Amino acid sequence: MSDAIKPIGMPKWGLAMTEGKVNAWLVQEGAKIAAGDEILEIETSKITNVFESPHTGILRRRVANEGDTLPVGGLLGVVADASVPDAELDAFVAEFAAAAAAAAVPPPEPVMVDAASWQARVLKLGPDDSTATPLLMIHGFGGDLQNWQFNQPDLAADRAVYAIDLPGHGGSSKALTGGDVAALTQAVASAMTALGIERAHLAGHSLGGAIALQMAVSEPARVASVTLVCAAGLGPEINIDYIEAFIRSDRRKDMKSTVETLFFDPAFVSRDMVDDLLKYKRIDGVLPALRTIADAVFAGGKQAAILADKLAGLGVPVQAIWGESDKIVPVAHAEAVANRHVLSGAGHMVHIEQPAEVNRLISAFIAGA
Amino acid sequence: MLPIMEPPRPGCKPPVMDATENRFTEEASAPAEAVLGYVYDEQKQGETAAMQFNREQLLEAYRKMRTIREFEDRVHIEFSAGGIPGFVHLYAGEEASAIGVCMNLDDRDKIASTHRGHGHCIAKGCDVDGMMAEIFGKDAGLCGGKGGSMHIADLEKGMMGANGIVGGGPPLICGAALTAKTLKTGGVAVAFYGDGASNQGTTMESLNLAKAWNLPAIFVVEDNGYAESTSSNWSVSGTQLGRAAGFGIPAVQVDGLDFFAMYEAGKEAVARARNGGGPSLIHAKLNRYYGHFEGDAMTYRGAGEVERLRVEADPLTFFRKRVTEAGLLEHSQLDEIDTTVKAEIDESVVKAKAGPMPLAAKLLTDVYVSY
Amino acid sequence: MSKKSFRTAINEAMAQEMRRDPRVIVMGEDVAGGQGAPGDDDAWGGPMGVTKGLQPEFGRDRVLDTPITESGFIGAAVGAAATGLRPIADLMFVDFMGVCFDQIFNQAAKFRYMFGGKAVTPVVIRTMFGAGFRAASQHSQCLYPLFTHIPGLKVVVPSNAYDAKGLMIQAIRDDDPVIFFEHKMLYDDMDEVPDESYTIPFGEANLTREGKDVTIVALGRMVKMANEAADLLKKQGVSCTVIDPRTISPMDTDSILESVEDTGRLVVVDEAHPRCNIATDISALVAQEAFGALKAAIQMVTPPHTPVPFSPALEDIYIPNTAKIIEAVRKTMR
Repeated sequence: MSDAIKPIGMPKWGLAMTEGKVNAWLVQEGAKIAAGDEILEIETSKITNVFESPHTGILRRRVANEGDTLPVGGLLGVVADASVPDAELDAFVAEFAAAAAAAAVPPPEPVMVDAASWQARVLKLGPDDSTATPLLMIHGFGGDLQNWQFNQPDLAADRAVYAIDLPGHGGSSKALTGGDVAALTQAVASAMTALGIERAHLAGHSLGGAIALQMAVSEPARVASVTLVCAAGLGPEINIDYIEAFIRSDRRKDMKSTVETLFFDPAFVSRDMVDDLLKYKRIDGVLPALRTIADAVFAGGKQAAILADKLAGLGVPVQAIWGESDKIVPVAHAEAVANRHVLSGAGHMVHIEQPAEVNRLISAFIAGA
Repeated sequence: MLPIMEPPRPGCKPPVMDATENRFTEEASAPAEAVLGYVYDEQKQGETAAMQFNREQLLEAYRKMRTIREFEDRVHIEFSAGGIPGFVHLYAGEEASAIGVCMNLDDRDKIASTHRGHGHCIAKGCDVDGMMAEIFGKDAGLCGGKGGSMHIADLEKGMMGANGIVGGGPPLICGAALTAKTLKTGGVAVAFYGDGASNQGTTMESLNLAKAWNLPAIFVVEDNGYAESTSSNWSVSGTQLGRAAGFGIPAVQVDGLDFFAMYEAGKEAVARARNGGGPSLIHAKLNRYYGHFEGDAMTYRGAGEVERLRVEADPLTFFRKRVTEAGLLEHSQLDEIDTTVKAEIDESVVKAKAGPMPLAAKLLTDVYVSY
Repeated sequence: MSKKSFRTAINEAMAQEMRRDPRVIVMGEDVAGGQGAPGDDDAWGGPMGVTKGLQPEFGRDRVLDTPITESGFIGAAVGAAATGLRPIADLMFVDFMGVCFDQIFNQAAKFRYMFGGKAVTPVVIRTMFGAGFRAASQHSQCLYPLFTHIPGLKVVVPSNAYDAKGLMIQAIRDDDPVIFFEHKMLYDDMDEVPDESYTIPFGEANLTREGKDVTIVALGRMVKMANEAADLLKKQGVSCTVIDPRTISPMDTDSILESVEDTGRLVVVDEAHPRCNIATDISALVAQEAFGALKAAIQMVTPPHTPVPFSPALEDIYIPNTAKIIEAVRKTMR
């Protein structure tokens, strides 16, 4: 196959995605596109989102039509320079399917890691042989590593990127040794040790942000940089009604309206997303774990651990990324961080709603850190 | 030990295999007895075990039997007066069975009863005021007025319910006995049921299951001679003891008018059950003084039968005679109980009548623990 | 999380609950098998192998083979539940309810009400149902409408392995009597089933497809058929919501009514005999509560009013199928 021809494949968003449907092309055939441009809207059973081009060049072929459903990795389109003859493009498209099938490797699966006092589920993406400092991504209260599904693959182009499930969350063990930020930070640090990660860039969302920041404070030598995404830990306010509603909701309808609070555009909340959250919450031990964490971290409806005053003397670079319409942690909390980016058209799940921009900000920040 | 054997009584005998001829034979049945009720056999008095009770226990046994009698006689009167709704089945005449067996039981033990359940409830310690209020359909009833006479229960007392389904109890006590066995509580479970229920498949299945699982279960057949209006002489093929023997279950026929005989049989069966010896069956011969249900004209009974039984076959009269003649209790002590119990039952009726009916909202509660 | 069969999911649910709670016991005909026989212990693990492995792990004291005596052991399970155990009784084929229904509907179902709220009867009765097994008239019925009719009983009809495990654990932990219906044609169906214990609340329907044109309500094995029909119809431009009530007592009537308010069209698929079944029940509900939203007559897809036939040629046309569901959906679109 010609190196001048670059395929655009159906992405894999989340662990369960096996296929996606092309809802709409956002660019015309023949258009000039740059890596990171939004070129497609793709629908999975769990979520509908825009897909950014992984390549720069001319979109020579729109192989998949609107309405088509393709397996993960299936050929959506082809990017090439104007100089590549049509015949070569057609041959490439024809060969692609066979080649893809022959070269098919199973998608990376998360693994269970025995940390000091718990079992952590961790998904690693990215090259095994990279010497770059890895990135560790930490989700928020009630979330799991799949919250980073639009970020982790992109950021893993040139370094190992780990996404971890916090204690009591996702596929990790549900018993807690403690529910406060310090205990959760210790748990994450022990998982880093078990994974053989000496030092990492950290990206933390919401509660995960407070954990990342706490680790930078207590173990600065292990932290190369901290990206705080709509993070806890910078001020006392928290939408405790959301927290309580999330713990309480055991029915589809209640859960749907609850998690819609997380987004600027509630259309992101699909039936499958709600089903996945309910499936998680039904597992034995999850409710007590969430209760313990909420009681420790948000005691009396206020954030218990506020680390904003630690930022000044911190020898670790910190940036903040916030959704302008965050209804969980006030966007004003970003003001504690000098290097901050507030994105419009996004809520608390800014990394899902504006993944291209968030990924660009993280990449650039890590590269400079 | 209770014998696994046929009782020496007239009536049907089970077929026996004639080994020499290698075919079934059957002893000629005696002609069916005329139904005249079961009458206490004075000659048997000496056969029962010596009285090993202290005065308090004897007074308690009498007080409980008198409570049943007074309760039932009073319900009969109140029903006739139109104050009690629905169906009522009275236990008067059978008191020695419930009290004799249940005086061997404690809080670990469970009983299942029948549609004729008031006596079993009192014997297992149910609150009399609560029972009376229940029969009147009142809010203060043991079941809040939702069960009525046929469904009085108090699970905290180990009383698993009077039961409107004939033969409903035996499978349930197999379960209660299984609980005791599984959780090693040391408890036993007793099913009281009638000659009618003894013909139900559920009863037969329960005898088999109790033996197969070696359960601490006791089956007490209260044979008052009538399944509704039908004579047990006609409806019960073979015998209760023969049936028990068929399942390999130790069984005994007991004079159900004799508190002491019932107590002794119960004691042995309970000991067997508690010691892991499995189920037992007690066949109590006794009588009911009232109809199958209140309002039953009892035209199927013999002329003068009930009147005669009230005189000649009254378990309370026999008890009184035995304990006073043996010098264990004074007549005056028993008279005092009669007076006290009468007052208590009077009081329970007054309270039941005065109490409020359940509120309409109660219609919808207690269907599920959660729904 | 891994792919597990419907059979394994139910087995795992029982095993996990038995490990968690010593009061949970299993009883029934051949639930272990081989009792008193010269051959193997745990010879069967139930006729379909659903209880296989429980007896070796938990012993004969907690996995009790019974004589063939449904009245006896179902009644015993009820009595045990009322006195402190949490029995799972295996009625094998639901067709056998005829010889033990009294223990279920007159005893277990009514204790709490008759006794003024003081009784708790946490018994689970597992039972197989449904046609397609060439098992003929006395081993193929659904009969869940008969149980749904009875106040005091909860009736669960899982359609997939994930639901089966979560609903079974909920059933065991539930304090009310639960009748747990297992379609015998689903035992080998595979699904992602978490290894951990989890519960699915009763009365919470599952939406297996979401669409705007027609609401299809289906139960048990019929959910598969309804999903297939919805997928085929989608390609033809008709989008259907498929609702699996999961439990029919309690039933998530809100989800059904809300969906019909959106679509205006209702197809109910029920494998039970057509008179007084769940299809008629749901149709009556919608006719009464959402009449104004209906754009077309409600369609019911059910077998004919006959016993289940034996011959494959007859049984195959007896059972509702995808084509019949599509035809019913089409009728509502005319």
